[in-house]
This record gives sequence, structure tokens and C-alpha cells, in this order.
Amino acid sequence: MSAQTIDTLVFLAWLAGAAAFVIGLHMMNSPATARRGNQISAFGMTIAAVTTLIWLLTPDNPISPGGAGPIALGIIVVGFVIGGGIGLWLARRVAMTAMPQLVSLFNAVGGGAAALVAIDDYIGIVGTPELSISSAVFVVLGAVIGSVTFSGSLIASGKLQGIVPGQPIVFPGTRLLTAVTALVAVGGLLVLVLVPAGVLSLTAGAQLVVLGLIVVAALIFGITMVLPIGGADMPVVISLLNSFTGTAAAMAGFVVSNPVLIISGALVGAAGGILTKLMADAMNRSLANILIGGFGTGDTAAGPAGAGDGHVREIGLDDAAIQLAYAQKVIVVPGYGLAVAQAQHAVRELADVLEERGVDVSYAVHPVAGRMPGHMNVLLAEANVPYPQLKEMDEINPEFDRTDVALVVGANDVTNPAARSNPQSPIYGMPILNVDHSRSIIVIKRSMRPGYAGIDNELYTNPKTGMLFADAREGLTGLIAAVKQV
Amino acid sequence: MSPELLNSLAIFVLAILVGFEVISKVPATLHTPLMSGANSIHGIVMVGAMLIAAAANDPVSYVLAFVAMVFGAANVVGGYVVTDRMLQMFRKREVRPLTPAGEDAAMAEEPK
Repeated sequence: MSAQTIDTLVFLAWLAGAAAFVIGLHMMNSPATARRGNQISAFGMTIAAVTTLIWLLTPDNPISPGGAGPIALGIIVVGFVIGGGIGLWLARRVAMTAMPQLVSLFNAVGGGAAALVAIDDYIGIVGTPELSISSAVFVVLGAVIGSVTFSGSLIASGKLQGIVPGQPIVFPGTRLLTAVTALVAVGGLLVLVLVPAGVLSLTAGAQLVVLGLIVVAALIFGITMVLPIGGADMPVVISLLNSFTGTAAAMAGFVVSNPVLIISGALVGAAGGILTKLMADAMNRSLANILIGGFGTGDTAAGPAGAGDGHVREIGLDDAAIQLAYAQKVIVVPGYGLAVAQAQHAVRELADVLEERGVDVSYAVHPVAGRMPGHMNVLLAEANVPYPQLKEMDEINPEFDRTDVALVVGANDVTNPAARSNPQSPIYGMPILNVDHSRSIIVIKRSMRPGYAGIDNELYTNPKTGMLFADAREGLTGLIAAVKQV
Repeated sequence: MSPELLNSLAIFVLAILVGFEVISKVPATLHTPLMSGANSIHGIVMVGAMLIAAAANDPVSYVLAFVAMVFGAANVVGGYVVTDRMLQMFRKREVRPLTPAGEDAAMAEEPK
């Protein structure tokens, strides 16, 4: 085959890979085809990677004349085995509750890879006539976006894992530091563009130093961007960073002139963008608002985590069990507390016991319950909760009026009536589940500690509410035993 | 700008529009798997790492390409496996005797 034929075939294979990504994503629209969609997407990835490897081995490829040497081959194979092995190991052993931070971690390394590709390409072309204005722009964009994603996603992952405190972290001069790093990045871009434009004259070494400064500034920017954001907003941030990585991959695609990188990167950039907007909408907050400051950064610290001024009614396991057992309609409201206690199986078991008694049980899933959009659905699906019993917020809110008992398990801010009634509240305007409309309410919660928004929940002082102080799993297990004895 | 670059820009813009169109139809319940699935797709940057590895000819480039390769491969393999684990949970489950018949029928219609 002539070199031209090979190049054409390789291009077509890349195109097929990119098409598989689009088709795969499209099939993830419905639970019925989602898994197949992911497999098709993985198949596309395999085609793209294997084709590239074979192409690099052919003697006439333009990247490595004479065919990729043993060192390049070693880097590719050993790198794949090590990286793929680590990824496989982590993906296999992670608990479903810890999945958001793992996705964030994979996102970090993806962004890091994009930045490294851009940087390495720049090292190869700097000081040569190959360096053009457009290549400088794409290198800097790829390096900046990739680096921001790398450090930002690591911090987000650390916050979710509890290595970095989940509360918004603000130190004096954060804003200034953010502004300075942004300035360095923009100024650096300007300098690196002016060189190939012929306006400025710098040695290759000096240009590399400028690029290094830009990367360091971007890494710091990623950290200072995520640190002040509270844990409750992490889903939005991860989604945004996911979008960034896609964009960084597309920029890397421009740098190495590869169509499959450009297409896939742009696809993911758009995906993350849409998801981010959906998430922000669900919390009734603008993206700018989320990024500028975390939930309640102002006066969160004010006021001890006490019960406020109202009276809190505590309820015992037996009383709660009787209420549940003799109810006609029960709605379970699961939240992050359920996820951290790994209580998804216990809640399903309780629902089974109640259904045996003829109680109608459904689940109210708030869009931001858990730590990522749709996270709660995944957890409940893991516990074999039938899909039709999972109700989304708009669907279930009218049903609370006809509900005997709302069982709130580890959910807090998404049930706080202050979001509807108190314009002073930081969560005012956020769509919530109308738990307070049901005839009685049982809240399983470890303590009166406020949720991520750091505000008191007046639901707990509502006369209709009984507080069952327990870890989500222990509380549910106790309830199961108690209901069985009723 | 060169014709190749202009072509690439056109592809870039169209791919963004395709992304919006394909993704805006996904139900909220699948957002986490979708995010994870999209996350694995940007692992395609691994192909970029392969290209720079092939072009590398000095120690610095070798190291950068190697790290990029490790990162990209972790993103690809881990991303797809974890997404598959999540989606596995949405498949048809054994028929539960206590759920209303209509719901079981609806579940049964889902292919594995």
C-alpha cells in the first residue's frame, strides 16, 4: 500500500472511532441502551488507539519517519500497561459511594495528559519556523485548560474524599492570587503569540520559561478556583472541569492536528457544559455565583450548630416503625447521609418489608441528592430498587400532600422549607422537595449538625417532624427489625 | 490560517453542536453515568500521547510522553470500566413478586 492509502485508511478509522463516540453517547440517553452505548464508545476508543499504533509502526508515517522506534514503542506499551492497570484496579475496587471522587481523579489525569501533550509539542517546535501564531495559541490554551483541570479536579476529588476539608476554604488574598494567576496566563499567552507574529523576539529558552510560568499560574488557578467552593457545589464543579478537560483535549487535537481528538474533545466539552448548566439550574444558582464563593462563605460560622429556637421532637424506633407500618403511602427522601453510610441496601430492605404490609413506597430523588447529578439513582439502582419507584422532584412534589409519612434519610438542604419561604436564606429559591407537606415526617440523622449549606433546617422543628438520631444504616436496620415486630 | 486549520475549526464547531444535541436529551437519572462516559471519551487524548511519544527524540520529551501516556491510559481504561459498572446496575433485574405487575412488565422490556 502506498503511504497515501495508509493515511487515508487511518483517517477513516479515526473518523469511525469519533462516530462511535457520538453514537455511544446518544445511546446513553436511555437506561435500556446505556450500557451498550458505553461499550460502543469503548470500541471506538479501541479502534482509534490501535489504528494509531499500527500507523506509527508503518515506515512512511509523517510523525516518526522510518516507523516508531523501540523507545517510542516502549513508552506507548509500558505507559499503557501501567496507566491502564492503575485505572482498571481503581475502577474495579471503588465503592459506588466513592465514585464521584474517582471520576474526578480520572478527569484530573485526562486534563494533565492534554496539558503534557501541548507542552511537549511546543518544546518540539519552539525556535523553529513551524511555530505559528495559531500553534502558539492552541498550545497555550491546551496547557492552561489542562493544568487548571488537573489541579482543580485533584482538589475536588480530595474534598469529596475528605482529604481536603469540604467546607469552603478562603484565605486572605485568595481573590488577589486568582487575579494574578489569570493575568500571568493572559500576559504569557500574549507574549508567546507576539513572538511568532514577529513583534517580539525571544530565545527558545525564554519562550519555554514563559510557558512554564503560564503552566504554574494555571495550576495555582485551578487550586484557588476550587478551594473556596463548598462540598455541596462539587457536582457542578466536577461537571465544569469535565467540560474543561474535553476542551483541553480538543486544543491538544489542534496542536497535534488530529481530527479524532478535536471531535471527541468538543463533544465532551459540550456534554460537560450542558450538565453543568442543568446542575446549576437545579440549585437555582448561576455558575458565576457558585464559582465566586461557596455556599454560605459569609456567615456560615455564625450560630452554633444547635437546634435554633424551635423545639425538636425526638422519636424512638418503635414509634417510628408503627407510623411507617400503618401508613398507606410512604415517600423515602434519600440524601448524602444515606450514601456515606452505604445504607442503600438497608433502605431497600425497609421498603420491601413495608410493601409486604401493603404500604405504597416510592423514592423522591432531588437532582442534586448525593454528590453528582443522578448519583442517588445509581446508588439505589445498585440496591435493586425498581426503576419506576424512583421519582424525580417535579413528579413527586404534588404527591407529598397525599403522603402519610415522609422518611428523610440523610438529606438536609434539599428539604429545607426556608428555600421557599425565607428570602434571607442563602438557599432561597432553590427548588426543594416539599417534604413538609406530608402528614408526618421522620428524619433519620446523626445529629442536629447543619448540612453543607451550613444553615439550620426549620423542617426539624416542625411539630409534624420526629427526629430519629442515628447513623443512616443503623437507623434503617433498627426500623426494619421494629417494623417486623409491629 | 492554513486550509487544514480552517477545516479543523469547522469540525470543532460542528462537533460542539453535535455534543449539545446528543446530550441534552439524556434523563437526569443517567447524568452520573453520562458524565463518567464523557469523562472516558476525553481519554482520547491518549492518542495524542502516542503521537508525541513517536515524535519524541530527547529525554525530556520521552518523560513527558510517558507521563501523558500513563495519565491518558488511566483515564481511558478506568473511565470505561467504572462507567460499565454503574450502567450494569440499570439492567433488568429479577422479577420481584411484590411490585405491581405493570412495573415488572416495564422492567422486563429492558434488554439486558
